Formats: sequence, structure tokens, C-alpha cells
Amino acid sequence: MTVQLDFLKRIPYFSGLGLADLESIKKLVFERSAERAEMVVLEGEPAANLFFVASGAVRVFKTSAEGKEQILSIVRPEESFNDVPIFDGGPNPASARTMGPVLLYGIKRNDMEVILGNHPQIALNVVKVLAKRVRQLVSLVEDLSFRHVISRVAKILLEQTKGETGHGPRLTQQEMAAMAGTAREVVGRSLKELEEQGTIRLDHHRIIVADKEALQKIMEASA
Amino acid sequence: MIEMPIIDAQKCDGCGLCVNVCHCNALALIRKVITIIETVKCDWCTDCEAVCRTGAIMCPFEIISQES
Repeated sequence: MTVQLDFLKRIPYFSGLGLADLESIKKLVFERSAERAEMVVLEGEPAANLFFVASGAVRVFKTSAEGKEQILSIVRPEESFNDVPIFDGGPNPASARTMGPVLLYGIKRNDMEVILGNHPQIALNVVKVLAKRVRQLVSLVEDLSFRHVISRVAKILLEQTKGETGHGPRLTQQEMAAMAGTAREVVGRSLKELEEQGTIRLDHHRIIVADKEALQKIMEASA
Repeated sequence: MIEMPIIDAQKCDGCGLCVNVCHCNALALIRKVITIIETVKCDWCTDCEAVCRTGAIMCPFEIISQES
């Protein structure tokens, strides 16, 4: 398979470029296939490549010393990852693992400098991509630092189990996120944390509240 | 009955990302619309819901008390 010009045109980095520009950039783009659950970028390693997802999806995440993962983003076709270290020269700030079979387009760090030098109009596109990324990360920082999302998730779970039937309407993680005023990734992390504490059990499509009192305390902790 | 994700065919744009990430092979793209393979057991990882841009696939949780 060869790198598709039509696809390059749809990548935000290369938006507005003519065919001749895209043709010259194409020469510096390489392909990489990866299987499901393959680590394509490792946190802390020297940054070698900028990647664009051509097909499939990639999860970008940080890992704590205890091995807990915090998802930063899910990268879908036409989107990029590992942008920051390509431009600041530092190590990879996060890891990236494929969610299924994936086709990636990559550009080596040095080649990206060449591309920026030859096609300076790309710089504004890059700024827009990075600005969007900063906005998304600032929102995540806010959620993780100030919002006590776990107590709001605890509240949602308790409210759902009130009443005679002991259960409310079924809720997706997206819906819980909307109710808690946060991102889906933060709800996922909160549920895992509650499960580790033993207050809930995740059993296939069921969330079983195992310790109501403990959940109540978590809910009240930030009230 | 095996509990499976819920698909809103009206919202599905046929991109196939959910099929790509489903490690149980419980999903297929048939005539550009996501379809559930009911004979395959879904493990409720919710990755299909997470990657869907249009909100066409949902993995809702039933929230219950241990005693109920």
C-alpha cells in the first residue's frame, strides 16, 4: 500500500495545501501497520516520529507508578499523536497503544523540520492542532484536579439504586460523564477506582453497588 | 439472552471504527451499517462506544444494589 494523497489532504496539518506540496510531503511519509494492543509509543522514550492514524484507533495514556492508566485521548483516523515531542525535542510525554489493527502514517522528527521549512504555511495548521490539544488537556486537568469527579460518580450510582426497585434507568459512561460534568475518560477512571476500593463491582453490563455506606462517604467527602 | 451493545442505525455513519476495536468480533459492518453478531459474547469493554464519533453505539450499565 502507498500513502494516499487524498488521505493526506484530509489531515488537519496539511489542510489547504496544493497537490504539488502534498506530493513532496508524501515522499517523507512512511507507513506502519500495528496489531491490536500494540504499544506504538512509549512514555519517556526519545521521540522519533509524529504519527497520523490512517485507519483504526489509538489510545494515548499516562501510567502512574502503581500501574494505573489515565486515558488522555482516543486518536481516530486523520488525527495525530506524539506531536509535542516532535516540536520541543523532549521525550514522549505519554504512551500510545492500538485499540485494534491500525495503519499509521509517520513522519520522522527531522523530516518534519524539513517539511515546515519548505511549507511554512503548515505552521498555522500545526498551531491550531496544538491549541485544540491544549484546550482538551486543560479541561482534563481541571476535571482531575478540582472537580472531585469520583464523589459525583458515587452520587450518581447511589441515586440510581434508590427507590423500590433498587435500580434506575441504564446509563452509559457517556451519560454518566454528562451528568457529572466531566469527560468519559474521567468517569472510566472513577469507576475503576471505586471497584479497586471494593465499593462497587463491575460485572459485564452491571455495576453492582457492594458497599453503600462507603459510597455514601465518598459522595460526602467533597460536599 | 446475551446482553449486547445498542446500535442506533440512524446515527451510524458506517466508518467501521467500532468493528476495528472489537476484540470479541461481536460487530460487523453490513451494508455500511453496524450490526451485532448475536452469537458472539460481548465482554462489555465499551471500546466501541468510546471510539464512536456519532454516538451510534451504546453500552449502558444497569446500576443495582448488591441486596436487590
